[in-house]
Amino acid sequence: MKGRVLVVDDDAALAEMLGIVLRGEGFEPTFVADGDKAMDAFRDTHPDLVLLDLMLPGMDGIDVCRQIRAESGVPIVMLTAKSDTVDVVLGLESGADDYIVKPFQSKVLIARVRARLRRTEDPAPETLQIGDVSIDVAGHAVTRAGEPLNLTPLEFDLLVALARKPRQVFTREVLLEQVWGYRHAADTRLVNVHVQRLRAKIEKDPERPEIVVTVRGVGYKAGPG
Amino acid sequence: MKAASTRSSAGSAPPSAAPGFGQAPGPGPARASGSGTGPPGTARGWRGVGPVTVTVPDVIWRFYRLAGRQMDVVRRRLAAAHGVLRARWLRSLQLRVITTTLIISAVVVTVVGFFLMQQIASDQLKAKETQAGNLVGSGQISAETEPGLSKSPNGGDTQELMSSIVRKLQPPGNAGTGSDYRVTIMLAPRYAGPPVYGLGWTYGIVPGQIPPGLLSKVDSLQSKGESLVSFMPASMSYPSPSSHPVPGLVYGVPVNSYYQLYYFFPLAEVQQSLALIQRTLLVGGFALVFLFAAIAALVTRWVVAPVRQAAGSAQRLSSGNLGERMPVRGADELAALATSFNEMAESLQDKMNALEDLSQVQRLFVSDVSHELRTPLTTIRFAADVLFASRQQFDGPVARSAELLQSQLERFEALLTDLLEISRYDANVAVLDPEPVDVCDLARHAADVAQQLAERRGAKIEFRLPAEPCVADLDRCRVERILRNLLVNAVEHGEGKDAVVTVAGDSAAVAVAVRDYGIGLAAGEERLVFDRFWRADPARARTTGGTGLGLAIALEDARIHGGWLEAWGEPGRGSVFRLTLPRVVGAQLAGSPLPLVPHEAEVADVTGTVRRADGNGTARRADGTPALRLAHRSDALRPAAGPGAGGLAGLAGRTAGLVAAAGGAEPVVPDSPGR
Repeated sequence: MKGRVLVVDDDAALAEMLGIVLRGEGFEPTFVADGDKAMDAFRDTHPDLVLLDLMLPGMDGIDVCRQIRAESGVPIVMLTAKSDTVDVVLGLESGADDYIVKPFQSKVLIARVRARLRRTEDPAPETLQIGDVSIDVAGHAVTRAGEPLNLTPLEFDLLVALARKPRQVFTREVLLEQVWGYRHAADTRLVNVHVQRLRAKIEKDPERPEIVVTVRGVGYKAGPG
Repeated sequence: MKAASTRSSAGSAPPSAAPGFGQAPGPGPARASGSGTGPPGTARGWRGVGPVTVTVPDVIWRFYRLAGRQMDVVRRRLAAAHGVLRARWLRSLQLRVITTTLIISAVVVTVVGFFLMQQIASDQLKAKETQAGNLVGSGQISAETEPGLSKSPNGGDTQELMSSIVRKLQPPGNAGTGSDYRVTIMLAPRYAGPPVYGLGWTYGIVPGQIPPGLLSKVDSLQSKGESLVSFMPASMSYPSPSSHPVPGLVYGVPVNSYYQLYYFFPLAEVQQSLALIQRTLLVGGFALVFLFAAIAALVTRWVVAPVRQAAGSAQRLSSGNLGERMPVRGADELAALATSFNEMAESLQDKMNALEDLSQVQRLFVSDVSHELRTPLTTIRFAADVLFASRQQFDGPVARSAELLQSQLERFEALLTDLLEISRYDANVAVLDPEPVDVCDLARHAADVAQQLAERRGAKIEFRLPAEPCVADLDRCRVERILRNLLVNAVEHGEGKDAVVTVAGDSAAVAVAVRDYGIGLAAGEERLVFDRFWRADPARARTTGGTGLGLAIALEDARIHGGWLEAWGEPGRGSVFRLTLPRVVGAQLAGSPLPLVPHEAEVADVTGTVRRADGNGTARRADGTPALRLAHRSDALRPAAGPGAGGLAGLAGRTAGLVAAAGGAEPVVPDSPGR
């Protein structure tokens, strides 16, 4: 059940190869080669994860990413051949949870996909509170002063990771490991971009954050003070 | 006219008589002194027209006292003014041309004016003399025809006679007729004297003021029976005997044997007209000089302004404004200059645009290669992964092929990544993404891969870290890549010996030195090591299959931070790679907190061989030279390790492959994703 992967890639050979590898790992891949048809395929298949190439015929990968994100919090992993800062940040800001730069190894891909699907196990009932934001971990719901907030699973994981140990400072590397499942130092921009996205949703004034606070030179922590 | 004398030239007069007249360069005094020795009847200086003796000592004394008091100030101001003037002089063609024109025209005008003045004065004087001579001549004739005068003087009749003659010869008016003069008739000295006769009859002349020279000349002429007119310049009281003496001409002529006729012609009129002419000349001269200067200014302005404009245009062009053009006006030389300049700028712009286009094409090409090559490579990679995973099901050669495919794909990938990275530097599109990072942490992180490699070789990586964190603004990905590279190189070339990582920081910079005790570097290799695809020993087999670009990229990574990456090494003694980064991005590095040359190199060589630092600037130990100085010398050579200089190619870039290899089953991001 939890293993439907929508592969949005125009390169037939790569898509087929991705299919072989994903099936070999027990996932159910479906394919779409055109950006314009990506949203239809997404709505038809209700995937658990989207592998999205950024360079697509028809609609651009960035736009596809935005549209999916507008409808769903489903994990999106970008596949990109461009590793320049601008492209990556643009992709992340448009809503992707993670990205992989081509060429990559199959085990890297599988590890990332599993990391994004990992949070399927049922967590114990637990409620966390930072400031006026309360988090129902089991119910996967976040409210601020009673108002429900719509977080993606990744943003939720990030918030929970910080909220479980309030006032403890997390370095970006630790967050990468806990939230993204990286065992090795990777791109800390992932953390930066997602903290920004999270703040945009949960902070009253994202310019002066009170829930997720930056500790300059170290990382982030939850809660004021 | 029987003027038997030379003339004294005009041009000198008492300053009081005509202001400015006396300024004519000193003929007056010169003549006056010269005339004293001249024979009587010839030219003589005018009496009372002596040199203008201004009493200057007081003024000079006061000036010197003032100068003495303020000498230093004045001298300093003069020096400063001189400096400013000299700078302006050298800088401004216009100033030079104008000043030169001013000086030359002033000299020319002065000389011409002087000679002109001389000429005019002499002409005027000559005219006056002619006029006076004629008057005196006619007066003499008129007197000689008086019958009473041919007789010997006798008492009261004589007085009456003289009086009537003077009345006849003296013009009625006193002034305004243009022929003012004074007449006197006198008895020759031998007839004069009491009791019978008076000296003569004067009309406004003080006989005592008649120059004795003239008197004796007239006497001698009279005694010889000649009746020539003599004259001499002299100052006499005029218009009345009680007036101040004024310069003029005194004429004397014998009348028959007993009488002498004297005339005095004041030169005031001549003087006045000369003064007027002189003023006119002065004003005209000044006007002419300034006119010349103005013309020079105008002309140079016409010439210099476009030159200045051209210089400005060229400067703007050279500072990168390729659209800069000069306006072309008319068809003269300056228009030709402007046209050529514009053509040059045009062709330069075309060339630059072509280059820019080329660079743009290249950048696009790199980007395209990046995308086009990476997608199929991913597919190949996946296929190889699948084959590799199931290699046990294959026969021996096929299984081995799958293994080789896998490993060589990794190498290919690493090479591609490095090539794209270096081309990004070449295309100048590398972007720095700085954040505050503790370099000690970074060093430990970066050592992960090298640690595993070292363990496999039975070696350790030793850390010498300061207690305090060394935080600097830097691009984590890039610096980690540098350190990973250096560490893997150190283990790789350490021949199983431990590597030492030292971190230190000061107020301005942080430094990481990676020391190994392996094969070291030969002389000159400290720079070669950063070259692209350089190999220490081409005959040496590549064991780890580096890309050959690692240190070249590391050097660029250091540079983009404004930092240094330097190497030291000696064969058999290992090597040191030192990375120095400013704490603030873009700050200028003055030095490194760590020495480049290790202290142990200072310890005397066991063999006692004296080695010298070679000319290539190798930071080798010179006998007895402190390590610090050596390090500094190598600092000085740092710029030599330019873009072309460069990298342990054999060592470099292997890193990327090793990173991937050491990644194991973990989600490894080969070579920092997102660069």
